[in-house]
Amino acid sequence: MNPLQGYLLLSALLFSIGLAGALLRRNAILVLIGIELMLNAANLNFIAFWRYGPVPAALTGIMFTIFSIAVAAAEAAVGLAIILAAYRHSRTTDLDRMDSLKG
Amino acid sequence: MTWIVQNLWLVPVLPMLAAAICALMGYRHRIAAASLAIGSMAISFLLALCAFAHVLGSHAGNGVQTVNVPWFQVGGEWLKLGWMLDPLTSLMLLMVTFVGLLIFIYSVGYMAHDDNFTRFFCFLALFAGAMLGVVIANSLLLLFMCWEVVGLTSYLLIGFWYAKPEAAAAAKKAFVVTKIGDLGFLLGMVWLYEKTGTLLFYDGGAGCLEHSALAHLVAQATILGLATSTAIALLIFCGAAGKSGQVPLHVWLPDAMEGPTPVSALIHAATMVAAGVFLIARIYPLMSVTASGSPAPSVALEVVAWVGATTAVFGALIAVAQFDIKRILAYSTISQLGYMMMGLGVGGVAVGIFHLITHAFFKSLLFLGAGSVIHGCDGEQDIRRMGGLSKSMPITFAAYTAGMLALCGFPLFSGFWSKDDILHAAHSWSISQAPFYMGAFGALLTAFYMTRQLYYVFAGTSRLAELGRDSTHLSDPHGAAHHAPVHPHESPAVMTVPLVILAAFAVLLGFIGTPAWPWFQSFIDGQPASFSFAAFYGFGILPVMLSSALLVFLGLALGWALYGRRPIESAASSDPLAELQPQAFSLLGRAFVVDALYGATLVRLNTVCSRISDWLDRWVWNGAVQAVSYFVLALAWLDNFFDAAVVNSGFDEGCESVSRGGQALSLLQGGQVQSYMRIIGGALIVLVLFLLWGTKI
Repeated sequence: MNPLQGYLLLSALLFSIGLAGALLRRNAILVLIGIELMLNAANLNFIAFWRYGPVPAALTGIMFTIFSIAVAAAEAAVGLAIILAAYRHSRTTDLDRMDSLKG
Repeated sequence: MTWIVQNLWLVPVLPMLAAAICALMGYRHRIAAASLAIGSMAISFLLALCAFAHVLGSHAGNGVQTVNVPWFQVGGEWLKLGWMLDPLTSLMLLMVTFVGLLIFIYSVGYMAHDDNFTRFFCFLALFAGAMLGVVIANSLLLLFMCWEVVGLTSYLLIGFWYAKPEAAAAAKKAFVVTKIGDLGFLLGMVWLYEKTGTLLFYDGGAGCLEHSALAHLVAQATILGLATSTAIALLIFCGAAGKSGQVPLHVWLPDAMEGPTPVSALIHAATMVAAGVFLIARIYPLMSVTASGSPAPSVALEVVAWVGATTAVFGALIAVAQFDIKRILAYSTISQLGYMMMGLGVGGVAVGIFHLITHAFFKSLLFLGAGSVIHGCDGEQDIRRMGGLSKSMPITFAAYTAGMLALCGFPLFSGFWSKDDILHAAHSWSISQAPFYMGAFGALLTAFYMTRQLYYVFAGTSRLAELGRDSTHLSDPHGAAHHAPVHPHESPAVMTVPLVILAAFAVLLGFIGTPAWPWFQSFIDGQPASFSFAAFYGFGILPVMLSSALLVFLGLALGWALYGRRPIESAASSDPLAELQPQAFSLLGRAFVVDALYGATLVRLNTVCSRISDWLDRWVWNGAVQAVSYFVLALAWLDNFFDAAVVNSGFDEGCESVSRGGQALSLLQGGQVQSYMRIIGGALIVLVLFLLWGTKI
């Protein structure tokens, strides 16, 4: 097993954990954390594919990752703000109870 | 062509700009509004001085300098507007800006207590701008536009105290009556354009007042054997008669005295009413043109002379029996305007315009003096209740006397020279001597009624406290509640200083146009003036002069005999003249019942016509319109039924089913984002498995 496979497995594990968190947790903040985990799994993939890819000399992977982290930070801020606003609106962070879009 | 000719448009535009700014300012900015108006007027005055100096400098020969600018294109024709500078324009500019400036300054004092001070100055500046536009216009169209703005501001200013019903009615009357004249003006203008294809006065040989156009006009005959030029000139004269208060369109001018007194002085004595006279002087080539070879004056000028002479006597007769200080002056103005028209008709431009200029100074002086009297007497306008003011208002008294003597034509005062010029021209008129005798009779009456007014207002003892001042309808509502007793007082310096300046001009101005040194006449005609005492002995000058002076003395003596010898005891005692000739006096007092006559004929005719129109409107046209409307209503009802029963129910059915479908589908929406994500996640896993399975094979 070469190192790339190891990294890919690790990132797949991280992604699965994140996905499970995002799908199954009831608390909005924990869902957000799950999404962050999935993003970081993707970042890990970038790094891995760059490092063991055909041209490791070019810094493409790092570039992508840095961008991605920056975007993730912004997105987390927005997400937290939305959660805060939703909390103010409905006095809860329980996602099961936020079903005003129910048909 | 120099700087001043190119930029002459600034003279009217500056006051107009000031008016525009005043209009946008709040009513609280009193000082700013007044200083804007006065400042713009002062700059215009300086420019007018420059223009005058330029005309003086470029003397000799043809004095007309024009600037024409294209305005817009109609078909292949360019409509051009323009301005011009000639001796007549330069003198009028100087007069209007100077008198206007003094009256603006005076107004600061007179209107000091008025709430609508800013509005007043806005209108005043607009008026000045439009009037200056009339003066410099080189196109009949531009002149007409400014002419109408002048009429509008006159309307606005007469009705300045619009809360007073009399003022509102007077404003309406002035507007309507002058419009009757303006209709003739408009028709004449259209006709002129149709015949000559241009409305520019001077356009390097192609203008409508230049030789080729005039020769073309005079050669064509129209109805009644009149030359086209005569017919057009007479139509335009209608406009001038309306604006200048000539009989029979004079009825608006006495009523116009409802406006504030500075307005009466500026608009209804010095400048606007003179615009008609100025118009005739401006189109004088058109008025005077005759078929070549005929020595007689043109028909148009003959009409002008007769109308003027009639007006001169008519106004003077009525002025004898009026009791409102401003109405006397108004009728006097009508009479003097008649003199100017007569001067134009019998003598030419210089004769009429000379009287216009001197009259502007002494009549505005008289009006401002009357305003000062009214101000000092706390709004009283009835001369029967004044008296004794020579002691309490010495400056006003002195200035007023100077103006009165100038108006009467007292020897050596300005009015003497100009009126004498007219009488002399009338005396040597080739058609008839009657205008001369009418003018002489008018001069006698003028001296008489002014003496009467002077004795009533300034001599004897004050009668202000009498009668409890019940007749508020006569009083000027500028400020101040009426509290008795009233102590007459001299007006502030801002009002008396313009009076004194005007008085100086009223006394001295005549010396620019004496027979010995006819500078004015030669300036207008564009020739160098020469000085010679021998001119006094020229044809018929001295006899005319002596006889008119004698008439003036006779008028003054008559006035003294009736009003001065025995002081007027009380406001209720009847007029001495009324005791002598009660019927004639009451006829004159009611102004020859012209107003009543118009009321009984024209106004009634108009009322009947409008009644008939109203009836037709109500029953014929309205009936037809109603029938159509009921038909349409029936159609609409049918339409409505169809809509409601067929179209609507069909659409309702369709909408219902769509709505039900939507409700069924909406059950799929759980409302929980996580459940959607779970489905997406599940789908993702299935997709990955499917792909893996695909690669295996």
